[in-house]
Formats: sequence, structure tokens, C-alpha cells
Amino acid sequence: MSTPAYDSSEMMAVAAARRLADGAVCFVGIGLPSKAANLARATHAPNCVLIYESGTIGAKPRHLPLSIGDGELAETADTVVSVPEIFSYWLQGGRIDVGFLGAAQVDRYGNLNSTVIGPYEHPRVRLPGGGGAPEIAASCKETLVMLSHSPRTFVEKLDFRTTVGYGDGPGTREQLGMAGRGVTAVITDLGILEPDSETCELTLTRVHPGVEPERVQEATGWQLRIAADVEVGDAPTEAELEALRALKTVDEIGVTG
Amino acid sequence: MAKIVTLRDAVTELVSDGDVVALEGFTHLIPHAAGHELIRQGRRDLTLVRLTPDVVYDQLIGMGCAARLVFSWGGNPGVGSLHRLRDAVEHEWPRPLELEEHSHAGMAAAYAAGAANLPFGVLRGYTGTDLPAHTTVSTVDCPFTGERLAAVRAIRPDVSIVHAQQADRRGNVQLWGISGVQKEAVLAASRSIVTVEEIVDELTPRPMSVTLPSWAVTAVAAAPWGAHPSYAHSYYDRDNAFYVRWDAISRDRDSFQEWMRRHVLETADVEEYRSRLLETEASTA
Repeated sequence: MSTPAYDSSEMMAVAAARRLADGAVCFVGIGLPSKAANLARATHAPNCVLIYESGTIGAKPRHLPLSIGDGELAETADTVVSVPEIFSYWLQGGRIDVGFLGAAQVDRYGNLNSTVIGPYEHPRVRLPGGGGAPEIAASCKETLVMLSHSPRTFVEKLDFRTTVGYGDGPGTREQLGMAGRGVTAVITDLGILEPDSETCELTLTRVHPGVEPERVQEATGWQLRIAADVEVGDAPTEAELEALRALKTVDEIGVTG
Repeated sequence: MAKIVTLRDAVTELVSDGDVVALEGFTHLIPHAAGHELIRQGRRDLTLVRLTPDVVYDQLIGMGCAARLVFSWGGNPGVGSLHRLRDAVEHEWPRPLELEEHSHAGMAAAYAAGAANLPFGVLRGYTGTDLPAHTTVSTVDCPFTGERLAAVRAIRPDVSIVHAQQADRRGNVQLWGISGVQKEAVLAASRSIVTVEEIVDELTPRPMSVTLPSWAVTAVAAAPWGAHPSYAHSYYDRDNAFYVRWDAISRDRDSFQEWMRRHVLETADVEEYRSRLLETEASTA
């Protein structure tokens, strides 16, 4: 059996898409999460309900949106509601199964930074900010995070805590009154990390084919917990790769004819 | 009753230096033509309010119109950073910019409170993050259950500006598609300007639409193509290629200023902006 050629970013998108169950109601961030969620919808999860923070509920885009509010999302949605409504009735109302987020930095407890690199008042890099993420991660029943794995992104201490994963460890979410379970997986280009059931610390539970756990440790800015029985995930199937590569924004389609 | 005026007159009459101004539109129907008019008229020291300061606020900030920004996500959607916003925050160019930063849910609650004439909005949010140490947010205990909730001060702009597809000749406004926080922004403000693609004899009821009655709006101005590079559902699509190009235009102070001079300062209105932009695109294609 031949294995199709693919790169690590494609592996990351496929691994993330596989985490979405068919029929799940999913609050999707733009970029990597949107790509993975639409891949899931194009493959094993055609009944996934995609919600974008622009208020589009049940969006079924034929092309990947560049922004969270492309016209394509409104045209294909079951309904479109206002921004106050999407956050209050639908997200805070407890109706979303999965929040799907990206970030610039993550720490060992799955807390996220998307605000600044460096001090807040005089940042070296001013990032876009939290947007919907803080409340998505608080209120969705579970949260999936996608980001590329490097010592710059997997840090011992965040420059800014934009979004709470497990805070300072066990008990934080309960103390803060957060409805959702928190981050259940961080999917990277090297593997998948999941919180330990007792300590809440992110633990390497799965590597992508050809990746050794040592390499994941080298790309992580803290002493990484590695599960005793790290699994090796499946490579992308031809069907997954074909569906992934067919996902393009309207402009990419325009460029390639 | 809303007055039907030119965009230039609306901005001259209704927006003053130092005002708190909200230009809203969540990806869709962003009032770019109105932003350009604020720049042409040289408004200064504005507090700009907006959930998603994208290209329109990058332009206002880079041209020195803003002293303060109240926001929840500042980027070029799907593309990357806002270079003028970053330059203002990281290097105080062309002037320092004070930030009041929130989450989307917080901003949405604050606008809804403003529209409802309440002093604050309430939500489950901000908790456990570093935001409360750097922004205006407090807590309130539920009088019935004792639950501690986040409280955000109501947003009450001096002027809110939104773009819509249509108004009728009496100034009743209708917009449809993604409607963001436009209704809340208009109802929360002391004064409001609505630019529209078209002024029609009669508005036709449409699914998923928002109607702003004439008596709830201060001024209506025709500005066809007034959302570009954002879009107007049923009129034109989002110019995604422009958002991608903006990254290079805005990365450098000189190329940014040159672009603004050519396409905004040297043009009188949105019609001239459009023809100048099409000229630029034809010459670089």
C-alpha cells in the first residue's frame, strides 16, 4: 500500500479534523481551526454544525472563508444572528459542544496567549487580542487548540493570559465558575497533547508518523510529560488529503483558475 | 426623522474632534467611505470604538485621527497584523494610542447595555485572564443567586456610524446579511450616521434583516460602494485580494502615506476613491 506524500501542516489539519464528531456543534475560529472544521465536514462529519462569531449558525461554506464574516458564511447558514446574540444566547447559553481555537502561545495548563509578546504596556509584538476566545474557552463543553509546535509557542510562562485552559492547575476552572470542561486537546504539527486527568498538565499522548517524542520535547519550552504509551497516529488517507487540498479560499481558486 | 444629507455634511455637522466614535460592521458592511471622510476632514483625538478594528481603523490610526482605541480584536482577518495599529502601540507613531481592550462578548454586552440605557452590561467572562488588570471591567454579585459576574461599563458613543444596503426617502434604513452589533451601536449613541448603497422609493421586507426607523437615526447619506474593501450583501463581494494587498501597503510608513494621499486625501468622495483605486489596480495588474 502506498502512502501519499503530505507535509506536517496537512497532518496537523487532518489530525484536528478527526477530533470533531459528526453532528457536533462547533464554534470555529478563523485560520487553522476553520480549515480543520471544514475538512471534518467534507469527510467524516458532514452534519457538523459550524458557528462563526459573526453570528452565522450552521454555515456550510463551499470555499474556505478568509474572514469569520465572509458572505459565503451568511449565504449558506441556517440562520444569521447578531453578535450580542451569538455570544449571549448561544455561547453563554451553553449550546456549543466544541470551541476550536488558535493562539500564539500555550503553557503547560493549556492557557493561551493571543494578546502581546513582551510586556503589555510596551509590547515587542502587539498581537490581535482575545476576540471571542476567552468566553469560547470558558463556555464551550470542550475546547480544541491548534498551533505549530516550537519553543516560542510552547512556553513555560505566557507573556499574557488571554484565555484560560486549566489556569494554575486542578480546581481553577471550578473556582472560576466555568461551565465547560476546558482544553481537551492541543493539536500540533508534531502530535497531540491532552490534559492529564489528575494534574491537568498537557501530556503528549500521540505523535504523528515519523515523529519521535524527543523531538516534541525539544520543541516544548518546559519539561514535557510524555504518556507511557504514546500512540503513533495514522497518516492522512488519500481521501483526507484530497478533501483538504480541495479546500481553498475563493481567491486561491481565482489565482489557480 | 433622519435627514438625508451628503456624507461630507454629515461628518462636518455630527463629528467633532475628541468625540467617542464607533464605526461598526462585523466584516460585512464596514463603513469605509465614512472612515475616509473622517480622515479627509482631519478629525483628531477621537476615541475609536469597534469590536474588530481592521483596515478602516488601521487607516484612521495611521493618519493620526485617534487618541484612544476601545476594541476586542485588532487584526487583518485571515491575513495577519494591522501594521499601523502595531506601529502606534509599539512605537507611538504617528502618535501614542491608548488602548482599552476587551473580549468580543464583553464589547457586545457593553453595546447592548448602551442601547438599553443601562449603566453596565453583565456576562460570564474575563475571569482568570490577565485582561482585568489592564482594562475597565468589574464584577457584580447576582442578587438572587450570589453568583459573581463580570460587569462592563455601557458603551455610549457620541456618534455611531454604520453602513447599510438601503434607505427609503424618509430615511428608514434596512440592512441584511451579517448584522454584527450595528443596531446596538446606533441605539447606544447620542447621534448616528448611516451610509447606504442606495436610496430607494420603498423598502422590501427581506429575511434576516435589521430595520432602523428614520426617527432612530440622525443622518442618512448615500455612499454606493461605501463599504469597500468590505462588502455589501446582494451588492458586491468582499475584496479579499485588497485585504491581502493591504498587508504590503501598510507595512511601511511611506507607502502607507503615499497610498492614503493618492486614494483618500486627493479624492473628494467614494466615487473618486473608487475610480482612483481601479486606476491603481489597472496600472499594477
